[in-house]
Amino acid sequence: MINLLTPEFFFTVIRVTTPILFAAMAAIICSKSGVINIALESIMLTAALTGVLASGFSQNIFIGMVGGILGGMFIAGALAYFSLYLKADIILVGIALNLMAVGGTVFVMFVFTGDRGSTNSIRSLQFPDVNIPLLQDIPVVGTALSGHNILTYLAILSVIGVWFFLSKTTYGLRLRSVGENPDAATSVGIDVRKVKLVALLISGFLGAFGGMYMSMAYLSVFSTNMVAGRGFISLAAASMGQANPFGTLLAASFFGLMESVSYQLQAIGIPAQIVGMVPYVSVIIGLVLYAQYQQSLQKKKTLSKQLKEDPNEA
Amino acid sequence: MPDIITMKQMYKVYPNGIVANDYVDFSVKEGEIHALVGENGAGKTTLMKILFGIEQATTGELYHNGQLVSFQNPQEAIKAGIGMVHQHFMQVGSMTVAENVVLGSEPKKYRFLLDRKKAIDDTAEIAEKYKFKIDPAMRLDECSVGTRQKIEILKALFHGAKVIILDEPTAVLTPQETEELFRELKGLKERGHTIIFISHKLNEVKEISDRVTVMRSAKQTGTYDTESISKEEISNLMVGREGLWELTKGKATPNESIITVNNLSVMDEQRRYLLDHISFSMRKGEILGVVGVEGNGQRELVDVLTGLNKASGGSIMFKGEDISKQSIHHIREMGLSHIPEDRMTMGVATEASITDNLLSIYFDKESFNNGVLLDQSSIDAWAKDRVKEYAIKTKSPNAQVRSLSGGNIQKVVVAREFSNNPDVVIADQPTRGIDVGAAQFIHNKLIELRDQGASILLVSADLSEVLDVSDSLFVMYEGKIVAYFDDVTNVSAMELGRFMLGIEAQDEEQIKRGIYA
Repeated sequence: MINLLTPEFFFTVIRVTTPILFAAMAAIICSKSGVINIALESIMLTAALTGVLASGFSQNIFIGMVGGILGGMFIAGALAYFSLYLKADIILVGIALNLMAVGGTVFVMFVFTGDRGSTNSIRSLQFPDVNIPLLQDIPVVGTALSGHNILTYLAILSVIGVWFFLSKTTYGLRLRSVGENPDAATSVGIDVRKVKLVALLISGFLGAFGGMYMSMAYLSVFSTNMVAGRGFISLAAASMGQANPFGTLLAASFFGLMESVSYQLQAIGIPAQIVGMVPYVSVIIGLVLYAQYQQSLQKKKTLSKQLKEDPNEA
Repeated sequence: MPDIITMKQMYKVYPNGIVANDYVDFSVKEGEIHALVGENGAGKTTLMKILFGIEQATTGELYHNGQLVSFQNPQEAIKAGIGMVHQHFMQVGSMTVAENVVLGSEPKKYRFLLDRKKAIDDTAEIAEKYKFKIDPAMRLDECSVGTRQKIEILKALFHGAKVIILDEPTAVLTPQETEELFRELKGLKERGHTIIFISHKLNEVKEISDRVTVMRSAKQTGTYDTESISKEEISNLMVGREGLWELTKGKATPNESIITVNNLSVMDEQRRYLLDHISFSMRKGEILGVVGVEGNGQRELVDVLTGLNKASGGSIMFKGEDISKQSIHHIREMGLSHIPEDRMTMGVATEASITDNLLSIYFDKESFNNGVLLDQSSIDAWAKDRVKEYAIKTKSPNAQVRSLSGGNIQKVVVAREFSNNPDVVIADQPTRGIDVGAAQFIHNKLIELRDQGASILLVSADLSEVLDVSDSLFVMYEGKIVAYFDDVTNVSAMELGRFMLGIEAQDEEQIKRGIYA
């Protein structure tokens, strides 16, 4: 039977939202600086693999984490180098990196493990789960909110972190000015290219955690193409959240919810192939509904503005 | 007072071969307001871009306080105490006024955090010091254009500018805002700042500047004490020919009407009337002016007349056919031409060549086609003639339109729109922001077409243009026609102003005089 209103279900929603949330925060930073980081998919996938390899061979979770971060930032750096410094089209470079990462990760995996499907043969470490004292003892709420992986809590902190960075720090102010009016930024001596590079590297950092969550928390192995479009879903989430961290948190949770629903549907015997479409179809429906909501909001806004200006005409 | 800026023998040639500054000498005394005037394309802006480090001179020397300098980028110029207020504001809409002012040298707390309170205090303090009325905490995109310009000046002051370059600052301002700007500029001068004021509005130059330097086709044609030179003399130095102020215009001999607009309405999405049941006639052999404060239905009127937008009600009878629901192509085929308000987005394709732009509404004409292919040689010959006839300043008709000055771009538009001897011309702000020479050229062309029997609708925010060029006119206010004058010679700008602001309106009978058989 399908049952959506259990604490266990909410636990699942939070679990599957985590990687999307990390990547969506990465997307926000980029979008605010005026670059479209379509390579989030490959950033996550690469970090998922390098994290597993680094932790598997070192048997040290910290080294594993550094490995994952470097993997993600390497892809982000490559995107920055080709698009910002060699002036290639950022969308095309992003697509190329995404395609390359799918094959490239399998190749690297084969070189290190001799396996083409997953990294089962090496024992990767996992990030620990955290039980939150007091909270875990509260019935229902405790079941849903406590006991998550440490990266889940980190993802939630990253929402606050990104908000704080963008709206409270001077660098955040400069980053936003670069995204909104690069000429204005240049005219007061801000190095636009450097700011965009930094934004891309930050997105590589955040996206890497999204990827590592997939292979070192959600699962303990890397498997082929395991990110499965979550990088793109995050871009949609950031767009729906209007690049506002808290709005994006809501949008990411919506996609997490739909993914969780799809697991439930699978459990009641609906063919996996159809169920597998649910998260992606929900992205399209979500974006359409959102666009319509935006339009009606715009209409109301202009109307109320006119009424304000012209009380006699109302 | 010593010279704070001296430019000697400045020579600048752009990669496309255009010489923008041809050994120009220019010097500014500390604490003066110095006007730099010249037609569009005369090289004023290039000279200032060199001073501000945006462009580098090919040869020539720049002295700042007697020191030989060369600014490689704007930051170096800013550090040296030079600020520039561009025509297009360098601002970030989603940020507050204060954030815009401090951007680039933000006050910090705890090393990394933006000190918002200090940003606002600093901005308020500097605004207070120079008597600028602004609210530092306001969101920038909620500010008016006039305020945004002040913010741009404050920004320059915040970054320590002693010399401020203003590039045609009044082009975007209302008369009241211009007055306020001038007061503030005088205040800056009193506090020892030096101001370079780029303009081609000679009234303003006379009013505000101490000295004036005139440029003509990349050369400097003299520096004068403003008091010792008249507007006419400046104008002659600018265009290099006499008699600029004469508009040779005979009396109109209007014939029967060619377009009759009846109860025409346009509604917005909220079903509010932007154009509210208006009726008037356009007669052959007459220039009909349309005046009004911007946003009172003029744009909507032009859009429906030209087919860009569809009417919600009413009719436009043109040669016996209702064109209110016709396609743009059909309306143009019937002999209607359109000079759009915004030449850069609606008038030309900036990346395309002059030839292609001229051809864009004629490409399907038989004489330009050879079966399925274009007849390039006849097109080239035709384009060459147009460039010559309309005195478009360019090295070749194949040059990109982007490389031309504003006045010459508008001439491309006019050349295209007038080349098929139109019966009706809808001219929307045909001379906005272009130099006197080009404006006069276009005015004469309009009058020439009128004398050939065309009917012209002249929509303009420039009252003196409408009063000079048109024969009759009507005033629009809140989507309605509120006044009609069948002869502009008896109308004063002050009188029009009262109608434009809705203080006064003619009665229905008087307005109906604008409807002819």
